[in-house]
Amino acid sequence: MHDDLDALEAQSIYILREAYSRIRPLAMLWSLGKDSNVMIWLAKKAFLGRVPFPVMHLDTGLEFPETYAFRDRYAGEWGLDLIKDACPPLEATDPGLPHNSRIAARKTLGLKEAISQYSLKGVIAGIRRDEQATRAKERVFSPRGDDGAWDFRDQPPELWDHFAADLPPGVHMRIHPLLHWTEIDIWRYIQRESIPVVPLYFANDDGKRFRSLGEIGITFPIDSRAANIEEIIGELEITREPERAGRAMDHDSEDAFERLRVAGYM
Amino acid sequence: MSVVDLAIHPKAVLTRAGSQKGRAFPIVIVGHVDHGKSTLVGRLLHDTDSLPDGKLEQLKAVSAKRGLEFEWSFLLDALQVERDQGITVDTTQIWFTTAQRRYVIIDAPGHKEFLKNMVTGAAQADAAILVVDAAQGLAEQTRRHAYLLHLLGIRQVAVAINKIDLIGHDEARFAAVAESVRGYLADIGIEVSALVPVSARAGDNIAVHSPATAWYRGPTLLGALDAFAPRALPVDQPLRLPVQDLYRFDDRRIVVGRIESGRLKVGDRLRFAPLGREATVASLESWRGDGAVPVQRDEALAGESVAFTLDEEVFVERGALASNPDHRPRDANRITARLFWLDREPLKRGDRVTLKIGTAEREAEVEAITETLDVENLDVATDHTQVERNGVAQVVLRTRRPVALDLHDIQARTGRGVLIRGPQIAGGLVIEAADRIAHDIVAVDSSVTAADRARLNGHRGGVLWLTGLSGAGKSTLAMATQRALFAQGRQVAVLDGDNLRHGLNRDLGFTENDRTENVRRLAEVARLMADTGLIVIVSAISPLAAQRAAAQQIIGVDFHEIYVHADLAVCESRDPKGLYRRARSGELAAFTGISAPYEAPQAARLVIDTTRHSAADASEILLDYATRSFAT
Repeated sequence: MHDDLDALEAQSIYILREAYSRIRPLAMLWSLGKDSNVMIWLAKKAFLGRVPFPVMHLDTGLEFPETYAFRDRYAGEWGLDLIKDACPPLEATDPGLPHNSRIAARKTLGLKEAISQYSLKGVIAGIRRDEQATRAKERVFSPRGDDGAWDFRDQPPELWDHFAADLPPGVHMRIHPLLHWTEIDIWRYIQRESIPVVPLYFANDDGKRFRSLGEIGITFPIDSRAANIEEIIGELEITREPERAGRAMDHDSEDAFERLRVAGYM
Repeated sequence: MSVVDLAIHPKAVLTRAGSQKGRAFPIVIVGHVDHGKSTLVGRLLHDTDSLPDGKLEQLKAVSAKRGLEFEWSFLLDALQVERDQGITVDTTQIWFTTAQRRYVIIDAPGHKEFLKNMVTGAAQADAAILVVDAAQGLAEQTRRHAYLLHLLGIRQVAVAINKIDLIGHDEARFAAVAESVRGYLADIGIEVSALVPVSARAGDNIAVHSPATAWYRGPTLLGALDAFAPRALPVDQPLRLPVQDLYRFDDRRIVVGRIESGRLKVGDRLRFAPLGREATVASLESWRGDGAVPVQRDEALAGESVAFTLDEEVFVERGALASNPDHRPRDANRITARLFWLDREPLKRGDRVTLKIGTAEREAEVEAITETLDVENLDVATDHTQVERNGVAQVVLRTRRPVALDLHDIQARTGRGVLIRGPQIAGGLVIEAADRIAHDIVAVDSSVTAADRARLNGHRGGVLWLTGLSGAGKSTLAMATQRALFAQGRQVAVLDGDNLRHGLNRDLGFTENDRTENVRRLAEVARLMADTGLIVIVSAISPLAAQRAAAQQIIGVDFHEIYVHADLAVCESRDPKGLYRRARSGELAAFTGISAPYEAPQAARLVIDTTRHSAADASEILLDYATRSFAT
């Protein structure tokens, strides 16, 4: 163990290997953002150069063109078994949700369909505790009910890296191998390992870049001159803005994101 | 707490000078409900200038919406239920930075109802802040939390005697509370590093010393935090490496796991407990990027997740514990442990639970509850037959199969474990004593059920029905797997179709009708044996789907069809009994594959291709399947 990034990496590899050993069939969510790229990288480290389960992009059709180009290139280069099924349309989402949340809720529905279609018992997702306050309450192995619902009032205990993986019928497990990473950890690791990311993270000539990447229409860039990883890390050292400030779906109402997550969103 | 309060203590605000790099030091904040944990966290973030822009305004709005003045707790209590009911339900984490280093604060609920969430949070910490209300002193959950901190292995504790303003910043009253807290903690084995009089609300002694407590000479709370040492990884203890999994992605067989203590070097001799097989580390394996030149390492240290190969194919499975042969763990089946119980249902004497230590899982019976502890006054009772939810006790557990472990005081990471009941972790334990005893014969009355037998054996009975062409490798596989299962202490038998033709089936020939009857008798015998709790490995060509369907009908749900596959050409070239040669010459009539059909299974539970796998690998695959399929 040489430094803090090695320690973070070792913990993630341990979690990924626990998931692969205990839960099948298993799939990994690939949002195409920086975190899930790191997650795929860690899986390749855990499994010695391969990702031994399908990687799923929940496709709303609303990604940026650069994002799709990235997907199509690296699915091949990384040898991924890519599932890219289209998510159900907006009309299928809960009309009681705020508009921006409904766009995100399409992914929840897409995930539910995929879980059912591929009989998945485990879904690996790249969420982090420091992104958002309800994600900070998550477990590493987080069981979900039949409808994908998160019973946040009664989460199972987890200690000393023992993860209970036996699932009652109708329940699937969300596995969160990046939960203990922070945004700046992610960028320092991307820098150290030379992990490719969608170029939208780097500032363009207009002084704009995306700090958090999501769908067109509900994701907005920040003002920034950070044009490379070094500059992004420098910016994060001093910023006072939260990471997901540019994600409209988080800010529809006080509990917008909690409602999404309770219903099964990542 | 109003935002105005913060403004009148501008001196308390440090500029954020620290680096965001380096490991975030994990500290847990525990204490009784309403003693001020959440306010303290808010204060720490505020005084280290770690709050994002707009957060204070957002908290003000959230507070106002609920008719409250200003609630720091909303910073951490993100869930609607927490905000609406004013109670922390689950543990959460938040980051802040001092001039010295990054911290991650783990907030743990103080309410007794959510002790399992407190444990979940606290187990991740290197150090703890125990928050005690200066006016109220130690309360029940403070005591319980402190005791659990100790059991969880946290040795660095600072105490924040909070709300010092409510006792008028009085030195004598502070000293009295501090003394009682120090005394209780000393009784349970915790040496506190500092007792700091603070007001989370007003900012006294959090980041800077308060003029209101000029009599206090100790560190500020942040000073006490900065004095904590990161938890050191036990690199100099004997090697312990619980095996997580085995990979065969290519022709190599790779063992993976995390080094819990010590170091692993290429050339090291390893012993895998509890079976005791030994082999030498041949290589450390890793991937460092597509096309990257692999860096040849020959040593890895505690904390690393490693992958390695061995110089010979000894039997290793998930749950084995690797060590060096001369510094081995104990193989125990009777364990005395200090336990905390989290499940709603009490743990009773005689209960059967799953004990998990490292990656090993064992069925265990609660032989005795030797003492239960009242954390209020540390009184010990020895007459209880159950441990209530959130209780602490000393218990004796007995496992049928031995499990490799260490004593907690000697090697903490392999000297602790969890108990699982149903789908969830139900308790945690640290091992105080462990030994190996002879198996008792459990007295049973005449009506022995399958569940009784499974408990006694540590596995269920059932039938692995190996079908395939003559020469596909069924008998070899059956015998090797029997040996491996036997070595693991499992009850196992082989029924070989050919051998039974010498006795039970000697009246049968090779017409289709006789072969169908042969299979029927095999199935009936296999069922009787499986009903007595045995794992029965049947090795029989059983060429027709209808015959195997009939066998399944007889045996029921415990029938596992295993297709041992090899191409006819391969089988014929192997021809171990010379039968193909005789069939080709016409000496044998109705020989499967040559002059009689073989209907390959369409939905076998497992297909083992003996042209792709070595005999040892094939046996290991079947062993792994059997272990999973017949687990209790």
